[in-house]
Amino acid sequence: MNSHWAAISTIAKRELAAYFESPVAYVFLVIFLLLSGFFTFTFGGFFERGEASLAAFFNWLPWLFLFLVPAAGMRLWSEERRLGTIELLLTMPVAGWQAIVGKFLASWLFLVVALALTFPMVVTVNWLGDPDNGVIASGYVGAALLAGAYLAISCMTSALTRNQVIAFILAVVVCLALILVGFSPLTDLLARWASPWLVEAVAKFSVLTHYDGFQKGVLDSRDLLYFLSVMAYALFATGVVIRNHRTG
Amino acid sequence: MIKVENLSKSFGSKRAVDGVSFEVGKGEVLGFLGPNGAGKSTTMRMITGFIPPSAGSVMVCGLAVQENPIEVKRRIGYLPEAAPSYSEMSVLSFLRFAAEMRGLRGDARRNAIRRVVELCHLESVLGQTIDTLSKGFRHRTCLAQALVHDPEVLILDEPTDGLDPNQKHEVRTLIRHMGETKAIIFSTHILEEVEAACTRAIIIDRGRIVANGTPAELKARAATGKLEDFFRSITRSDTVAEAAV
Repeated sequence: MNSHWAAISTIAKRELAAYFESPVAYVFLVIFLLLSGFFTFTFGGFFERGEASLAAFFNWLPWLFLFLVPAAGMRLWSEERRLGTIELLLTMPVAGWQAIVGKFLASWLFLVVALALTFPMVVTVNWLGDPDNGVIASGYVGAALLAGAYLAISCMTSALTRNQVIAFILAVVVCLALILVGFSPLTDLLARWASPWLVEAVAKFSVLTHYDGFQKGVLDSRDLLYFLSVMAYALFATGVVIRNHRTG
Repeated sequence: MIKVENLSKSFGSKRAVDGVSFEVGKGEVLGFLGPNGAGKSTTMRMITGFIPPSAGSVMVCGLAVQENPIEVKRRIGYLPEAAPSYSEMSVLSFLRFAAEMRGLRGDARRNAIRRVVELCHLESVLGQTIDTLSKGFRHRTCLAQALVHDPEVLILDEPTDGLDPNQKHEVRTLIRHMGETKAIIFSTHILEEVEAACTRAIIIDRGRIVANGTPAELKARAATGKLEDFFRSITRSDTVAEAAV
């Protein structure tokens, strides 16, 4: 177990350093913080709501992450393939899954750091009013899980191609599909000609459906299980893609 | 140390490696020769466990690559073709990463890095980003990565490609020196290299071994006594091979 973990943490450390050695991390953090602030205080109607909560912030996150998480994850495997370093990495004494998990954890940690940097908003609402900090905390848990799910999908699309642009677009499309199947304007439309149970069943696959629970402060094990299974499935698929690519 | 038996690899309908068998013992340096696309890199990738063979088996230090991939990988140092490396890292952090991946920590890691830095003459560029290095330094950085855990088996895919004559000479000397205690396979296009560094050579053409012997034996088989003439007489160039298909 220890040696498994040692290899994973070595890979994760290198990956995390790679974010900060290039301008990627700083550009990402600045853009994320600017955009999340912008959405929260303009379209989110932070002040108009007349309540001390971060709902305005959390409501926009699935859409903001839709573009930013694939941008953070698109290089994970396609860059390895483009540079040829995948050949180095996979001929070192590690199992394929360790490399996949190590890279994923590093990126996830990076996204969690980005989320943590939005703490001034928490300070702001606490200063302005008397929010339910439990709801805010569960909102952050949901946001971190959402980022993890999008990221695992980006890992998978990144393994498919050596072209980062293609990896990015594919990840956005898959993540968008996972939003839309539970996006109420669309499901309402669908409900006009499909039976309600079908619409509801499809909506169960949406990240929004499971994300909303966290935003209401409800920690439901089914929601947790949903996000964890999306991650596990996407990372497993990443392994299959990488293995098939090597088999030729 | 390395035992390859009936190794084959197909990509779709194309047979890249076709029933290759050979052995390399400790203290042997095997030169791997052949035209471009003959299957040299593919064979090496199968030995290092990067790609699985379609048929046949590879044993390294008595362990089957397919059954014990991780144990085998521990014993191999590998320089892939074109010497890839993480271009945004510095030489030192790249070597630290390679050493840690090989399970080296603390003093063991420091000593291992000091040894390969000296061996590959990287002292002057340790803090530099790999991106900014000349081709020769980038190449030697990747070679250092392959040597950091002092492996029993070395697989080097075109280790002198893109180096200047002085650097080529140094790498050759290094290979010959290390070959005394390890089992080494290296591929090359430069026939003099075989005479300079190898104890034995294999010529491979369109996936098959067409000659196997000491450099002197191979030379003797050409009417002119030149390795190059022998090479040309038993392998086909890309254009001739295409015409035959």
